[in-house]
Amino acid sequence: MRPLIRAVVLGLVGYVAGAWLTVAVRGGSPSDDVAVVFGFILGLIGWLMGIGVWNAWAREWFGLPAKPDQATGWKRYFTFNTDHKVIGIQYLVTFIAILLLGGAMALVMRMELARPGQDFLTLDAYNKLMSMHGILMVATAVAGVLGAFGNYLVPLMIGARDMAFPRVNALSFWLIPPVAIGLLSAPLLGSFDTGWTAYPPLSVVNQGGQVLFILAVTTFGLSSILGGLNIVTTVATMRAPGMTWGRLPIFVWGAFCASILSLLVTQFFAASLILILLDRVAGTTFFGAAAGGDPLLYQHMFWFYSHPAVYIMVLPAFGVMLEIITHLARKPLFAYKAVVAGFWGIVGLSTIVWAHHMFTSGMAEQLHAPFMALTEAISIPTGLVFLGALGTLWQGKLQSKTPLWLAFGWLFNFAIGGITGIYLADVATDIHLQDTYFVVAHFHYTIVGGTIFALIAGSYFWFPKITGRMYNERLGKIFAVWLTVGFNLVFIPLFWLGVNGLNRRVADYPEFYAGPNAFASVAAYILGAGFLLYAGNLLWSARRGPAAGPNPWNARTLEWQLPSPPPEHNFPLLPEVVGHPYDYGVPGSVHAAQEAAEGGEE
Amino acid sequence: MALSAGAAHERAEAMWRPRANRLGLWLFFASEAFLFAAFISARFVTSGTDKPDTLNQPLALGITVVLLASSISAYLAETSIAHGDRKGLIRYLSITILLGLVFLVGVVFEFREAMEYFPPGTIYGSNFVALIGLHGFHVFTGIVALAVALGLGKKGHFEPDDYWGVEGVVKYWHFVDLAWVIIYPTLYLF
Repeated sequence: MRPLIRAVVLGLVGYVAGAWLTVAVRGGSPSDDVAVVFGFILGLIGWLMGIGVWNAWAREWFGLPAKPDQATGWKRYFTFNTDHKVIGIQYLVTFIAILLLGGAMALVMRMELARPGQDFLTLDAYNKLMSMHGILMVATAVAGVLGAFGNYLVPLMIGARDMAFPRVNALSFWLIPPVAIGLLSAPLLGSFDTGWTAYPPLSVVNQGGQVLFILAVTTFGLSSILGGLNIVTTVATMRAPGMTWGRLPIFVWGAFCASILSLLVTQFFAASLILILLDRVAGTTFFGAAAGGDPLLYQHMFWFYSHPAVYIMVLPAFGVMLEIITHLARKPLFAYKAVVAGFWGIVGLSTIVWAHHMFTSGMAEQLHAPFMALTEAISIPTGLVFLGALGTLWQGKLQSKTPLWLAFGWLFNFAIGGITGIYLADVATDIHLQDTYFVVAHFHYTIVGGTIFALIAGSYFWFPKITGRMYNERLGKIFAVWLTVGFNLVFIPLFWLGVNGLNRRVADYPEFYAGPNAFASVAAYILGAGFLLYAGNLLWSARRGPAAGPNPWNARTLEWQLPSPPPEHNFPLLPEVVGHPYDYGVPGSVHAAQEAAEGGEE
Repeated sequence: MALSAGAAHERAEAMWRPRANRLGLWLFFASEAFLFAAFISARFVTSGTDKPDTLNQPLALGITVVLLASSISAYLAETSIAHGDRKGLIRYLSITILLGLVFLVGVVFEFREAMEYFPPGTIYGSNFVALIGLHGFHVFTGIVALAVALGLGKKGHFEPDDYWGVEGVVKYWHFVDLAWVIIYPTLYLF
């Protein structure tokens, strides 16, 4: 725990020093935007140095020997540990905690929305709560699956001992706590009420909490970029002998493609937020129309990241779900090559569709048709992924396990999410549906139904590998049904509300919308209660569950050929891959021979 | 005869480590290119190709030449250590840092003029501050990285077959130069 305490102390000292120095130099108050900026930057540096960047890394820059932390056991999780499995678990636990926190915020919102009128939240407080819920959940979706399973599984699946840059990997995780602290302390400075999108002009003129939002989210972007860079490099250079691109497990493909997107487009979100920050603290006028600035510039830059971001969220989730489906249907992954082509099609198309978020923004009319057509074209590669999932399930020997039950829920949800997306991509219907609850329902179907379902299903599927113990199957299945049904009960009514014109981001509504809102609120509490079952099952099983053995699913990918949990550095000998990972039922097929690789001869 | 597991892993790492380092660096450049592209596109979106007449063209041309020259000295530093010439490494890294500092001083001078003639409250001024600031920050980090490499070089680090630290820093410096080669016309020539 010492590194963590050191990090907190140095972070606080850094913050106070930065804010105080700013006040000393230019006057004003320590809650001014500029003081917050310098405070946050110095605080971030202090935090990182305290947690272990100095000891394990920066000392080398001055010719001193590095002193990596030698903690073992549970203490590893609170230090600058470079083992990819430790980092994966750090991500998993952190983001499930943030998921539950963001979910609790949603329950407070649903409480307010249960009936018309302002009951206990002011309009302003509701917007701030909604904004906080939004950014926490977006962060969970972006980094939850990719950070947790990407880190934990990619090196195992490709037969590597760790990531290409283990220290960068630890850095990407330890950038996350300052992000959470920054966002959650924003209420001290008046919080932010722009939604997670932070559109100017509001985000340029509102209270100081917005600055913490900008700094925290930019830091989060840096974490995503470094994480993506690491995964791409690892997959490209560290595959075991024989692990050709055509033999990569499908999750590795999903994580790889998402990482390419994350590595490149995240910079546009950072850039757009930095421009807002400059407008606030440096007197620039990028988004002030009076002096020639253009608020639409922000929307273009923001969505150039934030549309691909939904694919950064969902590509690894596709990978998780296809892994689960193919292992538990006991069949080769159907149309493997088409699915990989679909992933690449998504990577390419996702960067040229962003303006479908802006049909009502007043941008040039001639952009409408091309963005509509390109957006609808994304259903082709996504369809290939669905084809792979359905074709694998078809006539498979389905193993009735919780992850597969969740996979069926996922198929249903994501299908609805995809189909309702067409109405939003279509200019004519979007002009009616823009900023209504239809949009809210649609993206919750894709992001919760698509990504969060994968996070949860994956946390069951790899639970025996990560902990060495088995979760309770009966409770798992009850939760799978509870989650799927509860989720649909909450969000189906929102489609109706949206089609009938109820605007999102407002705490109050006319009597006309009362019925479905009350229904959704009650359902939300039922859904929320289900998570107690989820958390209870996994927490209890992690300590008391029966031993799972190395390969409870009888799966063929490399991570299942190791003990549970896998030892440090994973593979005692380099595995040699000789066949496709999913050739279930193919006579004589082998994926990898561990003994065969002795590292060459001499 | 089979190698021990440890030796096998060491041999494998010796194979992929240089490739991973280089690929990682180039991916970082690709990512950074998107950041610069975002700022550069903001300039053209908000102020087209307009520019004020009060730009200090001779100064800009001057610091451009200085920065380009620094890429040559950075290259010479890298080739020096590749040939085992530690004195050359130290000499050329020092020259590169010096040229980088001259560039930064020029930028600060330019900034002060900008505040007077086209302040950030104008749209060109906004773009000028953002782009120059972004690039200046990269030059600054580049100088810090070069200084770290210089310090390590003086302490006897780096060998002809092991100078990734120098190579990485020098490549980063070239990248920062290249970014300026695009930003200079974006702000001064269009």
